[in-house]
Formats: sequence, structure tokens, C-alpha cells
Amino acid sequence: MPWSREDLAARAAKELKDGFYVNLGIGIPTLVANYIPPGMHVVLQSENGMLGTGPFPFEGEEDPDLINAGKQTVTALPTTSYFSSADSFAMIRGGHINLAILGAMEVAENGDLANWMIPGKMVKGMGGAMDLVAGVKRVVVVMDHTSKEGDPKFKKACELPLTGTNVVDLLITDLAVFSRPTRRDLFKLIEVAPGVTRDEIRSKTPAKYLE
Amino acid sequence: MTSKKVYADAASALKGVVKDGMTLMCGGFGVCGIPENLIAALHDSGVRNLTVVSNNAGLDGVGLGLLLKARQIRKMISSYVGENKEFERQYLAGEVEIEFNPQGTMAERIRAGGAGIYGFFTKVGAGTQVAEGKETRTVDGETYVLEKGLVADVALVKAWKGDTEGNLIYRKTARNFNPNMATAAQVTLAEVEELVEPGVLDGDSIHTPGIFVQRIIQGANYTKMIEKRTVRKRVEGSRAVVA
Repeated sequence: MPWSREDLAARAAKELKDGFYVNLGIGIPTLVANYIPPGMHVVLQSENGMLGTGPFPFEGEEDPDLINAGKQTVTALPTTSYFSSADSFAMIRGGHINLAILGAMEVAENGDLANWMIPGKMVKGMGGAMDLVAGVKRVVVVMDHTSKEGDPKFKKACELPLTGTNVVDLLITDLAVFSRPTRRDLFKLIEVAPGVTRDEIRSKTPAKYLE
Repeated sequence: MTSKKVYADAASALKGVVKDGMTLMCGGFGVCGIPENLIAALHDSGVRNLTVVSNNAGLDGVGLGLLLKARQIRKMISSYVGENKEFERQYLAGEVEIEFNPQGTMAERIRAGGAGIYGFFTKVGAGTQVAEGKETRTVDGETYVLEKGLVADVALVKAWKGDTEGNLIYRKTARNFNPNMATAAQVTLAEVEELVEPGVLDGDSIHTPGIFVQRIIQGANYTKMIEKRTVRKRVEGSRAVVA
């Protein structure tokens, strides 16, 4: 059985380490916050200008001046700090963030990532995604292994316009996990979802990877 | 002593600085920290053909959405313009232009513009559409893209508190692009929730020093719309922090 959204978030959370500064993308990556192991100190950065992003507020305690990068209402922690957009991206571009977890439309075998536009459709923009993948030390992608139409998303080369070249370090799909020790290496299949066979993964993965 | 920077309201603050075809910076992230009063007054001024530098394009009929609806914007320079049907319609009809900037590149272009820096080389966007038509340079095996500083004729910013000298303090994530934009325009107009006399604000706590602000108003009737209201249930012992 393929991994669920919650399973994917829990798996991505295993990449967290004590003391990490982490940026979580919109969607499943946001759920990773629910799986930070008790006792582990992880600081979440929201690129709109907040370090130490707290949980959603209780009803009635929402503050319009306090949102995350997904524009959702959040709360502050005793350790929270706020800063300008330029300072926020100095943290990101300057390599001060340890880990970014984000979604993708396509990942290529060389680590290229596409997640911001589909030609011919309305383009909403890349937001902070290009800055994050270019600047954050370790980039983890969480995505479905295939599209809704069943097309593979882990490919030989991205067909969609790129967000970044050679930027993905770990790929978590609903079927498998692929990692590579450095950005000069090929991805290696390291985990398989329960009930999923290596043959099935092979048949749904045009990208070259090590078994 | 009354400061020459203080104006009675948004409409009078805009007088003499607004021109058709001008480039405008507008603070805010989504609808958080947007200069509501100044945008409304800009809408009422009827100014047209604006090039607007703003992270987003507002929502339908809210924030910059007001200006879009009235066809006052010719071009947006933004990082993300989702959640706005009118923008989408005008864009697909070729009525409005968009230049996408990676969010951090946009912030840094504004910072550079305000700091008198012509441009900078960044690896953000290298090898993507963002680099097309731009000078690139490869140093030590890494490719960088030349991004130019960004300046505007007018910047509209929103702060929490300000004094009559134009010193500003922002609140929480409503800060976002506001302090950077305040530095990068010929004329910066600030609106604040609370306008105070000099000496009330702690000099160590000022985010935007008054030199960057030419005109300031006390804002009124803030809507402070929440784009995505997310809450958590009060469940005893629950560790879930996001929905």
C-alpha cells in the first residue's frame, strides 16, 4: 500500500535533526511540523519573515499580523523573531537554513526540480521556491510518485520549466524513498512502501537510479 | 512643533506625488501588512498605467485587487499572484503584464536599489527561465545571474507605529517587504495604526529610520483581512500543531 499524506510527513520528519533551522513548504511539508520528535529542538522558518513559527492559533486567537508563508494564521513561540523579507532571504540564500522540505511536479535523475509552472496554464509564480532550493543546504522533496493521470514524475529530465538545477538531495514519494550522498551522485532506492514491489517502482520510474 | 511629514489623510498624502505611468512599490505579503488606506486613496485618485512592485497582487477587490479591478495597473513585478481571479482574467486577455521574480531576489533587488547598489550576482534562478536574457557569470564552477537593483517613484508602506519624524515600527509578520521598500523610492508614504510624537518610540526599536519616509499618515478603519484562517482544536494532550 502506498504511503499516505501523514506517512509521507512522518517520513520527512526523520530528516530533522536537533538544532536544525527548517523551512517547510505548503501542503504535505507543512504537516511535518506534527512529527517533530518530542524533545528535539527544531526552529521553523517562514520566509515571509518569521523564525520560530508556532502552531495554528486556537479559535478566536487568530492575529491578522501573524501568518506563515502559506498565508495561514499561526502563533508565536517564546523564541520567535520577526524580520524583513530581505533578511529572511539572506538566511535562505546565505545557507543558514539547514533543511527545506517542499513539494514538486517533477524531479530529474540529476536532481533538477520543477515545481512552479505548467506552460499553457495560468502561472501563479515561484514565490520563494527558487531561492530556497538555491540556498538551503539540504533539499528534501515530497511528492506523489506519479501524476493523477499516472505519468511518472521522477524522470530522466524535467520537461516543465525548472525551479533549480541539481538541487534535490532526498526524494520521498508515496511509493519509495531515494537518496544520494552528494549532488554528484545518482539517487539510490533506500526504502519501499509496504506492499509495493521494486518491480512496480522500476516500471513507474524513467529516472536512472541505483537499486 | 508639527512635522512637515505628517499629512491629514491618505488622499492629501498622495497629492503631488502620483502620476500616470509611475512605478510604485507596495508593501505586504498576501494581504498581511498592506497599506490599506493608501491603496484605497490611490484607487480614488484614478491614476493609471501603474507598474507595481509587490510580492502579490492582492485578492479580488482587496488590496491591490482594488487597483486591478479598476484597470489602474499595467504591469506587476511579483513573486506570486495566485488567489486572484481578476488578475488571471486580465493576464490571459493580455491586459496586464507580469514579471515574476523569485521572492528573495525581489527582496534583494529592492534592498540593493535602496542602498545604491547597481546589481548583484546570485545563484537563484541560474539555469531557469529567470536567467533568460540576463548576464551570467561562472565562478568556481557555480553559475550566477546578474540581478539589477530595483527603485520606484513612490513606495506605499504600512507600519504598526510611527512618529512624526517618520520613524517606523512594524508588527510581527506584517513587516515583510515594507522596510525594504521604504528605502527604495523617490518618495515613501507610510501609514501607521498609531502615530505618536517624537520620543515616544524607543530609538533602539525603530525598524525604519525616518530618513526613508517622506510622508506619514495615521491610518483609519483597518480591515486586516485574514486570507487563510487556520485554527486548532483545544484537544487535551493533542500534539497536532497544524491541520
